[in-house]
Amino acid sequence: MKNKVYKNMDDAVADIPDGVTILSPGFSGVGVPRNLLAALNRQGAKGLTGVSNNAGTVDENVDIGTLVESGQMKKMICAFTASTHPSQVTPFTRMYNNDEIDAELVPQGTLAERLRSAAAGIGGFYTPTSVGTELAEGKEHREINGRMHVLEFPLPGDYALVRAWKADTAGNLVFRLTQRNFNPLMAMAATVTIVEVENDIVEAGELDPDIIHVPGIYVDRLVRIPEDGIWV
Amino acid sequence: MAEKVKLERQAMCDRLAMEFEEGWIVNLGVGMPTLCSNYFDPDKEIINHAENGVVGYGPLAKEGEEDRHLVNAGGQKVTPRPGMACVHHADSFMMIRGGMIDVTVMGAYEVAENGDFANWRIPSRKGGGIGGAMDLAAGAKRVFIAMEHTTREGGPKLLKKCTLPITAPGVVKMLATDLGLFEITPQGFKLVEHAPGWTPEEIQEQTEAKLIISDDLKEFRFRS
Repeated sequence: MKNKVYKNMDDAVADIPDGVTILSPGFSGVGVPRNLLAALNRQGAKGLTGVSNNAGTVDENVDIGTLVESGQMKKMICAFTASTHPSQVTPFTRMYNNDEIDAELVPQGTLAERLRSAAAGIGGFYTPTSVGTELAEGKEHREINGRMHVLEFPLPGDYALVRAWKADTAGNLVFRLTQRNFNPLMAMAATVTIVEVENDIVEAGELDPDIIHVPGIYVDRLVRIPEDGIWV
Repeated sequence: MAEKVKLERQAMCDRLAMEFEEGWIVNLGVGMPTLCSNYFDPDKEIINHAENGVVGYGPLAKEGEEDRHLVNAGGQKVTPRPGMACVHHADSFMMIRGGMIDVTVMGAYEVAENGDFANWRIPSRKGGGIGGAMDLAAGAKRVFIAMEHTTREGGPKLLKKCTLPITAPGVVKMLATDLGLFEITPQGFKLVEHAPGWTPEEIQEQTEAKLIISDDLKEFRFRS
């Protein structure tokens, strides 16, 4: 069996080149691959496109916003390109207002389904979400069963950085509660999937096949989060 | 005449929560709508859904009982409840677009008499914050709105037509403001309950759209 277990976060992201698309899951601070993002920040790849629910928060924790602030991202694809409250000025907000970063705003469910489409090998889907709003302008419309829909396309990634609860050496992943969020979709929608794991990585065969959320065939690299890693 | 009062946010959200029916699956938007979860009717079982993939969660976690892996859509730590289930984001929005959500309660900048509403973008600011709002507005069986009746500057928010970019067309069914409870009918806003001390004429003065006054107009109902 191919060894997927890496010794540390830095080795696991060492070969990520400039200019690729990074899928970065997490929602409200849960299930965010903070250790891998910190390593990618140290590694310094530039000109990246990021796909994430938001473009960073106002808190101090490492997230995709850390790579925005460091100038590593050239574009963000996310469900928030303005904060929910004008008082929350993130590094992204400042840079976006100064035209220093590009962005594409996507409704959250459409973002999830575009990732799923990429993983599922389908050419897109029609959704009623955004019909009648300015986000639907210029998109192909089609009436299906009496209701108007817009066509949305798949959103694949080159690399996914993922946070899991448990993993085995085959790469099978298990998530806990709302940690799951975008993690399985992004793990399955990327060419190379790199996972930080909250528990010791167990031998293949030790996880019950019926509880696996992401089969190991989607997973390329695993790193156990060290004691002194980022746990929030 | 009773003293004229504006309704507290909790009272507005309590009133919308009174409309929830037994067994409804309810999605509460971030901010003011989460106050709906403070209204508890022991005779009704309500199932909470949050777009980050949890359905059937319990009340907010008290200090010391938080689980770092369990949050609602606003990032608040919530508690597990027997029967709770977790899914990934695509499955969570499958529930939303697939018609499983009986009601979503959201905040808004503006609501129009045709049921349009706007809550994601102010054109003077670059970008927007959609989150799950467009999916919820398009997919939930009902959209309820909780918001102040006027802007901070006193301008109207219940309009003939939205001036801001809309979130979805024609979906709002009910609206609670600090001046009363309104249904959206094919003819426009219908005032069904007024804040204590406010006459329909006084509420109309704070409203751009023409109000229909319910034949059965009542004073606003508070939690008992």
